[in-house]
Amino acid sequence: MIPAAFEYHRPTDMDAVLSILEEHGDDARVMAGGHSLIPMMKLRMADVPHLIDLQDVGGLSGIDIGADSIRMGAMVTQAEIIDHAGLAHAAPILSEASLQIADPQVRYMGTVGGNVANGDPGNDMPGLMQCLDAVFTLIGSDGERDVPAREFYEAAYMTAREDDEVLTAVTIPLPKGGHAYEKQKRKIGDYATAAAAVQIVKDGDTCTSASIAMTNLSDTPIFSEAAGAALVGTAVDDAALKAAVAAMLDDIDPSEDNRGPIAFKKHVAGVILRRAIERAWSRA
Amino acid sequence: MSQKMHIKLNVNGKEEEFLAEPRELLIYTLRERLNITGPHIGCETSHCGACTVTIDGKSVKACTMFVAQASGKSVTTIEGIGGPDDLHPLQTAFKEHHGLQCGYCTPGMITRAKKLLEENPNPTEEEIRFGMAGNICRCTGYQNIIKSIQAAATEMNAAKEAAE
Repeated sequence: MIPAAFEYHRPTDMDAVLSILEEHGDDARVMAGGHSLIPMMKLRMADVPHLIDLQDVGGLSGIDIGADSIRMGAMVTQAEIIDHAGLAHAAPILSEASLQIADPQVRYMGTVGGNVANGDPGNDMPGLMQCLDAVFTLIGSDGERDVPAREFYEAAYMTAREDDEVLTAVTIPLPKGGHAYEKQKRKIGDYATAAAAVQIVKDGDTCTSASIAMTNLSDTPIFSEAAGAALVGTAVDDAALKAAVAAMLDDIDPSEDNRGPIAFKKHVAGVILRRAIERAWSRA
Repeated sequence: MSQKMHIKLNVNGKEEEFLAEPRELLIYTLRERLNITGPHIGCETSHCGACTVTIDGKSVKACTMFVAQASGKSVTTIEGIGGPDDLHPLQTAFKEHHGLQCGYCTPGMITRAKKLLEENPNPTEEEIRFGMAGNICRCTGYQNIIKSIQAAATEMNAAKEAAE
């Protein structure tokens, strides 16, 4: 599998990245870990005459845990998230989800920025970031702007990012309460048949807030506000779980593929969400 | 368009310099340009792990990296881990515990296992299975691969203790 020829750029600062993007327009694309883009180029499903490798660009690394929020540079890898002691305490859902992405070799290369910017409905981080109400920072020739993860995804591979913009960082408010990332897949390394990200807050025996997002069950990740609302004010009993699952099923729109027919995917989505809520609740 | 670029790689401690098209996949650079044929091409789609090498301390599938990306970095292949006259404890353990049958996946398995044991010198069976999940074997059913890695870990830890 030999990809089409391309010119390789390895700039060392963002100004240089932006000027290459400006000069070549649609013919240029940035690459982080490359584990989505390179396979697409090998299959010649992606034609990238100018490939911009971000590995040497400064300012895209690092995990900063602040008083209210966590900022991760776009080039932070899944392996770094898994190994980060501070994150294990501050936002354990990040490593729980990262451990379910692909396999060890891929996680050394796969980045948070690439995973969220790619726009593949199968990627796990977009749904996770919608659950956590993350904000994506984009930089372009007109400067920086922030886009909430819940408003970023338009369709498969279509996002709010313009062609001449680069996603530089992901910032999440410090998560509160209990968490779970539950993923059903056919084998290690596979994309989800269904996955659910849940973050839930408990006061006494009552749920005071719940955030729920689903992966690979529509052509975008699905933040199901209604599913979260169905849990708030309840003791997360069986009736509440059923209501949350029903609300989520109204929001997703899966299509049939080699992971199964629509009815099966809806069934799996319900099972996965129930498990995720129960686990998050037990940790809240 | 397909202009060649100047590439510098350190492979198993040896500096290599050559001109290559940036699109050349690292696995082809190693096998066909440098005649380092330990890393194998299994699936060529980032799934099987037969092409696993170590790059700057990370296990990487060499079929999913352009040579241009690897330029300036240090690459270790199975040839850099041990040879017929100085087998690495992992190689000895795979031999003694039948950790291979056809052997096609073995260079990738051992290269990955070496990194795994560096990160976790005393892995449980579950940790080995999870840590080796990026490497596929069609022969062994994995059981003897697990045994081999456990035996190598014991051997390496004992050697380390004896040295201290």
